Amino acid sequence: MASSTPMLTRREFGGLAAGAATVAAMGGVNAAFSSAAAQGTGPIKVGILHSLSGTMAISETTLKDVMLMLIEQQNAKGGVLGRKLEAVVVDPASNWPLFAEKARGLLSVDKCAAVFGCWTSVSRKSVLPVFEELNGILFYPVQYEGQECSRNVFYTGAAPNQQAIPAVDYLMNDVKTKRWVLAGTDYVYPRTTNQILEAYLRLKGVPADDIMINYTPFGHSDWQNIVASIKKFGSAGKKTAVVSTINGDANVPFYKELGNQGIKATDIPVVAFSVGEEELAGIDTKPLVGHLAAWNYFESVDNADNKAFIDAWHKFIKNPKRTTNDPMEAHFIGFNMWVEGVQKAGTTAPDAVIDALIGVSVPNLSGGYSTMMPNHHITKPVLIGEVQADGQFNTVWQTPGLVVAQEWSPYVEDTRDLIGDWRAPLSCGAFNVKTGKCGAGGGKKV
Amino acid sequence: MKRIAWPLLVTLLCLLPPAGRAQSADEALAALSSPSFETIRQGVSMLAQSGHPQATAILAALQSSRLFARSSDKALFIKTDSGAFNDAATGKLAPDIMASGLKQVRLNNAVRAELDAALGSLRLFSPDAGTRRDAAEAVFHSHDPAALPAVERALTHESDPAVKLRMEQASAAALLFADGSSEPDRLIAVAVLRQRGDIDSRSLLASLSGQPPAVAAAATAAVNAIDWDLQLWSIAQSVYYGLSLGSVLLLAAAGLAITFGVMGVINMAHGEMVMIGAYVTFVVQQVIRDIAPGLFGASLLVAVPLAFMVAGLIGIAIERTLIRWLYGRPLETLLATWGLSLILQQAVRSLFGPNNRDVSTPGWMSGAMQLGGLTLTYNRLYIIIFAFLVLAALMAALRFTSLGLAMRAVTQNRQMAAAMGIRTPWIDALTFGLGSGVAGIAGVALSQIDNVSPNLGQGYIIDSFMVVVFGGVGNLWGTAMGALTLGIVNKFLEPVAGAVLGKIVVLVMLILFIQRRPRGMFPLKGRAAEA
Repeated sequence: MASSTPMLTRREFGGLAAGAATVAAMGGVNAAFSSAAAQGTGPIKVGILHSLSGTMAISETTLKDVMLMLIEQQNAKGGVLGRKLEAVVVDPASNWPLFAEKARGLLSVDKCAAVFGCWTSVSRKSVLPVFEELNGILFYPVQYEGQECSRNVFYTGAAPNQQAIPAVDYLMNDVKTKRWVLAGTDYVYPRTTNQILEAYLRLKGVPADDIMINYTPFGHSDWQNIVASIKKFGSAGKKTAVVSTINGDANVPFYKELGNQGIKATDIPVVAFSVGEEELAGIDTKPLVGHLAAWNYFESVDNADNKAFIDAWHKFIKNPKRTTNDPMEAHFIGFNMWVEGVQKAGTTAPDAVIDALIGVSVPNLSGGYSTMMPNHHITKPVLIGEVQADGQFNTVWQTPGLVVAQEWSPYVEDTRDLIGDWRAPLSCGAFNVKTGKCGAGGGKKV
Repeated sequence: MKRIAWPLLVTLLCLLPPAGRAQSADEALAALSSPSFETIRQGVSMLAQSGHPQATAILAALQSSRLFARSSDKALFIKTDSGAFNDAATGKLAPDIMASGLKQVRLNNAVRAELDAALGSLRLFSPDAGTRRDAAEAVFHSHDPAALPAVERALTHESDPAVKLRMEQASAAALLFADGSSEPDRLIAVAVLRQRGDIDSRSLLASLSGQPPAVAAAATAAVNAIDWDLQLWSIAQSVYYGLSLGSVLLLAAAGLAITFGVMGVINMAHGEMVMIGAYVTFVVQQVIRDIAPGLFGASLLVAVPLAFMVAGLIGIAIERTLIRWLYGRPLETLLATWGLSLILQQAVRSLFGPNNRDVSTPGWMSGAMQLGGLTLTYNRLYIIIFAFLVLAALMAALRFTSLGLAMRAVTQNRQMAAAMGIRTPWIDALTFGLGSGVAGIAGVALSQIDNVSPNLGQGYIIDSFMVVVFGGVGNLWGTAMGALTLGIVNKFLEPVAGAVLGKIVVLVMLILFIQRRPRGMFPLKGRAAEA
């Protein structure tokens, strides 16, 4: 990133020419939009679309702050293409239709070159048509259920095979788990993930009797008989583990009840996909010690890049107690990729940047490099951590190398034959390798 | 062959010369400073069997994350409470040790399980009966055949009958997993586990493999018998869960039974009074932590009257400024109190931040006790008792105090009460304050089982209205019965229909019931009801 700064002025000139050529090749709304963004000499605008109020504010406000920090750092290094970056912050207020409205504003009124935002899958689904219609760029930083591959979205969070599947492998091979409880909150992410996991477990020879699936409403607080039934399920004489897609603060009473009923992590471990450092901050972690979480990053990862990032974060937020977490790292990677992509393309014009982003490789904070793949997902290491008494995770296992995302799950009947590849000449988000056709739901083709 | 080999091996181990032991202890200590969890795990088991005089201290330190390894030479140190370091191998104070050169020895679940087992077999000879009992339980859990000689030895010394029983069970568990046990011994062991009859012994019996046919058959029969017992107990357990949910509903609804039931105010801000009570608990805990950490166990007892006062005063203020202008206009009351609930939520959010606040559970409310096959979790048990105390206090206040008399008079016939010299507006304010105060008390209890966030109250407002309407508006007794019925029905439905569907089914049943009996289970009768 920083190393290429001195070359910016010359490359910018070339890039502008390239951008103009791209613009000339297009027509209509997109052309007007792109030319305004690409040819301007003022600051480059970057949209931040995270809820600052409502139920998701707890998680998303942090991501807004980390974006502001990254933009400030980049500006201190001289900006991008010799132009300063300017953050445009909007508040979609945890209201899914409002996400689409605010996204439209960011793209057509503010002419943002890229937007970083969304947390829940439903908010992403809500803005997706807007980004495809107006040909914008969205960086989505949260682990999600997969089964999507849009040309206009770059998924920097984990797909199921970069979080859920390795976690199950760890339990199966290292903890020797034979019986499985799939517990989740009742909405799209847990249901899709559990569908994939169930198919995967069956494929690995786990009989249906050894899988228990349970859904609870958002904010569920009375876990007594669910925990009792997990305990009973675990008494069949086989090692039992819980794979939890329980979301948000329902986790706290869940873990408390496990503790009260005397279920220890050494008996029935719980591996969670939605519990990170931010969620553990400010709760009593005693009953959680030894339970597991699967992420691509932990604050406790010990390397110089991560230390620098944490120090910068504490300085920026003026609070040495604030934690860092996986979606923050995803934004760190996504933002650096975008900077790299713009510099590679020499313009901020969406089409050029979208093409340039594929293959871009930047350092991640777990001690390696992440690369943007043709399916618009990035390569990541997968880490399994155990909760410690201080609310941090202790990495107990990690994939030997980087994992490439499978945007379409091979364990689900309908999507088994699909691949996403946005490189020319294929340029398709849902290409069926059996029929050779580009299916619906694969995002807009150019 | 195997049967002979096992005792032989044990004898050999006991006869090993001290030099060999010292060597294995050194090896064990070296293993503990390894970066590999598997090596650490082996180190733990080696250390436990090495007979090293500091073994218990080192393993206990490892369990409580106080064991450190020096990066330069892998020497182990134990951090004491004062922050100084002891040399682990000798147990003596190690002066001028720099914390910066030390790295904590890490744990994972496999090491933790090994630790529990190792400490269990080491502590079987502790002078404290409670520790010995826990140790026997740990051995039972690990059913590690290596602990068998230790358990047998401990059994011969044991005098406490309760501890002795645990040790016999532990020995039976370990014996079943040992290679050299004889068939009659195994059959006796199965019988011992059958006698214990809890979910852990079921799990243990079910995991047996490679047993002689007679033992396997006995184990299967024992599993079936235990299953049958547990099935019966699980009905009682569901009743307990239902009572517990019912008592939570009762607490949440008791205040509303006053403001809505007695006064007829559709109070949508009721949940926020509960939330304020929970935040009072949070503040009380913060203050006690700062000024008198020793009294932390009593924090909830302090919080109860304070929450009542704070929520009650806010309730009175609301009545004086808002509600009293809206009597007789239910629609406007509904909208106004709903708006008020949003204002209160946002005020708390601005004051305390949007994140959940950590309200700790005092030691005496954590854990569970075993009553036959029933697991009674303490926090729920205390909440059930507390709910009924609150209900009794509320009924007594309405029945036996002059304020209660005035309240009943005003709600039954306002004009007549006024004519008798009762200041009705003032009574209205106090009644509303009482209802709000009770909601505040509920908040203290709910802070123990739910998340303390500005949205806490929202989750209870619908349930509270449901309970009051179901029980019969204006009838406290009805509210109690309504809450308990809904709780128990819900908990019996949940395992069958799932949490989401269970709730829907309850709601549908409730709607049908209200269709048949619009005034609830226990409607008020007489002239008061017509007014």
